[in-house]
Amino acid sequence: MNLAQWQNDFRQWLLTGNEDNARVFGHCATLGLDIYQNNYRTQLVRCLGVSYPTIARWLGEDAFREAAITHIETHPPRGWTLDTYGKDFEDTLSTLYPHNPDLHELAWIEWALSEAFVATDAPALSRDALWNVDWETANLHLTPSLRLRTATTNADAIWQALQEDNARAPDGEMLDIPGGLIVWRREYTSRLQRVDAVEYAALRSLQDDPRFDTLCEHLVDRLGEEAGIARAGTLLADWLDAALITTITPA
Amino acid sequence: MTTPPTTFSGYGLGLRREHYRDFLDTDVPVDFVEVISENFMVDGGQPLHILRQVRERHPVILHGVSMSIGSADGLDRDYLLRLRALADAIDPLYVSDHLSWSRVAGFSSHDLLPVPYTEEALDMVCHNIDMAQGILDRAMLFENPSSYVAFDGATLHEWEFLAEMSKRTGCGLLLDVNNVYVSASNHGFDAHAFLRGIPAERVRQIHLAGHTQGPGILIDTHDQPVCDDVWALYATAVDLLGPVATMIERDDDIPPLADLLDELAIARGIGQRKQEAA
Repeated sequence: MNLAQWQNDFRQWLLTGNEDNARVFGHCATLGLDIYQNNYRTQLVRCLGVSYPTIARWLGEDAFREAAITHIETHPPRGWTLDTYGKDFEDTLSTLYPHNPDLHELAWIEWALSEAFVATDAPALSRDALWNVDWETANLHLTPSLRLRTATTNADAIWQALQEDNARAPDGEMLDIPGGLIVWRREYTSRLQRVDAVEYAALRSLQDDPRFDTLCEHLVDRLGEEAGIARAGTLLADWLDAALITTITPA
Repeated sequence: MTTPPTTFSGYGLGLRREHYRDFLDTDVPVDFVEVISENFMVDGGQPLHILRQVRERHPVILHGVSMSIGSADGLDRDYLLRLRALADAIDPLYVSDHLSWSRVAGFSSHDLLPVPYTEEALDMVCHNIDMAQGILDRAMLFENPSSYVAFDGATLHEWEFLAEMSKRTGCGLLLDVNNVYVSASNHGFDAHAFLRGIPAERVRQIHLAGHTQGPGILIDTHDQPVCDDVWALYATAVDLLGPVATMIERDDDIPPLADLLDELAIARGIGQRKQEAA
């Protein structure tokens, strides 16, 4: 048997635990193969536990383990780093718990926080940098650590409560008006915030088109001339204070 | 052929998250630290910030677990380029990985799977090492792994494979004494024959770690102190190799830093006694 075939048989054994795949390694290999099989699965379960500690608390140990095993069986790891293994765990949770949007959003929060933690460094822009900006041609650049998604539940409140030992998390609830969840990193700490629908749409708009005048047009369309321009100013100030904006460049 | 990296003797520890504050706030008495390369092959954020600060105080060794040098599919170029970028930024003492494979056909096991010790595998491993050393523009070290399965068709002893691999590619060797002990026990070979069989002049670093007794097999768990038998094997290794950079590798059930420094003092004591006696 050549090396490629040998490694493919080993892979099949790890993925399936099928004795037919183990047989090619000989009778004496059974004990050792079991160690590798156990290491493979244990490591991936542990990896998901590290990536999703809040989901583990929210679901409980047994349900989380069951979800992790389902994920391992349907999503074999492909990347060179374990850090990316849990990326699709929200999909597995959505399949297992299709009627729990709070759980889906909680999973998104955990993954976005870990991605933001190691995103590219980009120092925040200070307010002093605003003096010479020509706003008619300005492009606003958001921090590369920013992650956004629609918020339909109180998952952010659940996440916050579960960060404290022995704290009782609120029950999952649908929001009266959907908004947005934003995750980003400020210096070396990942942050989570729920924002209203206007701010969420404004950030989405800015991700697609960095021009400040386009942002203003978007807000004016939504809120009217006076309120739209006023909100643009408020959002700009908030985003600068939150370290969400890293540079402003001319078009 | 690449030239093996220069020799460095001293005593170090693996840098683990639990001890970041110790290394940032105090003067930890080590000659070097070793980090898991993949933990720092990221775009930015706190891990790299911490590593840069630690690097200002100590020489750093980059020790990888995902190169998959024994993969019949070849190497992941993106992985190598990221490792190169990290090495360029950190200027490490050594860059190392394992004589093992983890990736095939788009699947990554994230475990150090054994390479069958055959001529075909030797050719493949040497080809992959040449590529890795070419992209990294430096000689690497490769570590003997613990293994739980031996290949029926193997034609070489592990130490013969390592010696030939090092001779052909110019790579250095990272001798994990605990892994020698574990594999010798699991496969019934003589650990001393292993130590005598590897080329002493190619060994640049030694790992010491703990293992666990499994059901009829030893498992390399890195969650225990170094056991007496492994200390005895280390003493033999020092006799054969002379002064080589030595470290305690602990990855699970991580104790306070002081406990690991106590263990490192045992290694230092063995090394110094051997040197004085020489």
